[in-house]
Amino acid sequence: MQFQFPTFQSPGPERGTWSVGELTDHIKEVLELDPELQDVRVMGEISNLARAASGHLYFTLKDAQAAISCVMWRSDAQRLRWQPEHGAAAEAWGRISVYPPRGSYQLVVDTLRPAGLGDLHVQFEELRDRLRAEGLFEEDRKRPLPDFPRVVGVVTSPQAAALRDVLNVLERRYPLARVLLASTMVQGDQAPPQIVAALQALDARDDVDLILLVRGGGSLEDLWAFNDERVARAVAACRHPVVSGVGHETDFTIADFVADLRAPTPSAAAELAVPDQIELRQQLAAGRQWLLGYMERLLAQMRQSLQGHQRALQRQSPQARVDTHRQQVDDLLRRASRALAHDLSLRRSALAGRQARLATLSPQATLQRGYAIVRRADSGEVVRSTGQVRPGDPLAIRVQDGEFGAEGSQRSENESERVRE
Amino acid sequence: MSDELEKLSFEQAVGELAGTVERLEEGDLSLTDAIALYERGMRLVQHCNDLLDAAELQVQTLAEPGSA
Repeated sequence: MQFQFPTFQSPGPERGTWSVGELTDHIKEVLELDPELQDVRVMGEISNLARAASGHLYFTLKDAQAAISCVMWRSDAQRLRWQPEHGAAAEAWGRISVYPPRGSYQLVVDTLRPAGLGDLHVQFEELRDRLRAEGLFEEDRKRPLPDFPRVVGVVTSPQAAALRDVLNVLERRYPLARVLLASTMVQGDQAPPQIVAALQALDARDDVDLILLVRGGGSLEDLWAFNDERVARAVAACRHPVVSGVGHETDFTIADFVADLRAPTPSAAAELAVPDQIELRQQLAAGRQWLLGYMERLLAQMRQSLQGHQRALQRQSPQARVDTHRQQVDDLLRRASRALAHDLSLRRSALAGRQARLATLSPQATLQRGYAIVRRADSGEVVRSTGQVRPGDPLAIRVQDGEFGAEGSQRSENESERVRE
Repeated sequence: MSDELEKLSFEQAVGELAGTVERLEEGDLSLTDAIALYERGMRLVQHCNDLLDAAELQVQTLAEPGSA
């Protein structure tokens, strides 16, 4: 806004002697109205760092030629995600202002970053490509996680919300686990070697089943320790599987690429690390049901085959044979008695026929008509001829209702014999 | 047998349960063996549930790496 420049020329020497205040105000105006000075980016080394009780941060940025006083108001200083230190190279964004009571000008800093972090993305890509070329990200390097980890190692800052999140998830899902916390700083220059040491300490233990490397969300600078080559190599060197959960969903770190499993957040890392007891209980209930069903089926099967055997056995038993034979005997008897009865009736009717014929042939009928049968009383022979009887021979004479004795007397041949009583 | 069961970790118990079911599924077992396996399986389920019921997350802090 060059058009404003004429305004500071007007009060000049015509007014004679300036008061200190007037002069200072003029200087302040000149500097603070210069757009070039209201949006500066300057690189230098931090010195004389002081944090006031108010929370404002005072320091000097300097290089070999010059120094400039800097102030960072509390509201901006609070947003710092790293700890500026004396001697650290830094890049500051801000505006020049004048502090009249001291007659000093200073840089009011709103953003302060470690120097060189402007190249972070370049560094990130360079390291990522180099480690990828080495094969550290290969899928076949990734180890499977144990199904039921007994000891879960956690590498993080003990104060961080990330640790609380992880512990909450582990407690809720799989309280059978034991947690071994290896505490470490998770940002700043000291963080990478501490993270490496924490990883190594956990990995050296045989009882550890897997390691969670976690940190909550933050800026790229905050997460930078997880893009450190030393950390990446320590993760790659671990014997135990490592699950990383750094920052938020969208944050990818080199440690994520090297880890056996990358989780989007610390909580998600904990969820991936252990099974869920709700599912486990469901599976156990299903197992119980399966066993019960199995036993029912088995018993039903056994019962059925037992019945089959029983029937087969009954068919083969001696009692069954006796029964069979008894029945056969009964059948035969029935058939025999039927046959016998038939035979008897045949015989009976035959007999009746003969009786009838016999009746017609019987002498009784003849006797009833008045004939008699004469027998010799001594021999019983039927007398058919006169020659069979001499006078005085005893005779038996049969008539229709009995017999009586007689004696032979005179005989006359070829004439009817006279029978005398 | 139950004393020995008490000592099984959750992982061991679940592993044995899976093996038990597998053996039962294979069949060809005598009734006595099948019943023994069934009873063992039921006890393993119970043991796993007991472990989950009794569990409380233990948290222990490792000594500082620098002091180790």
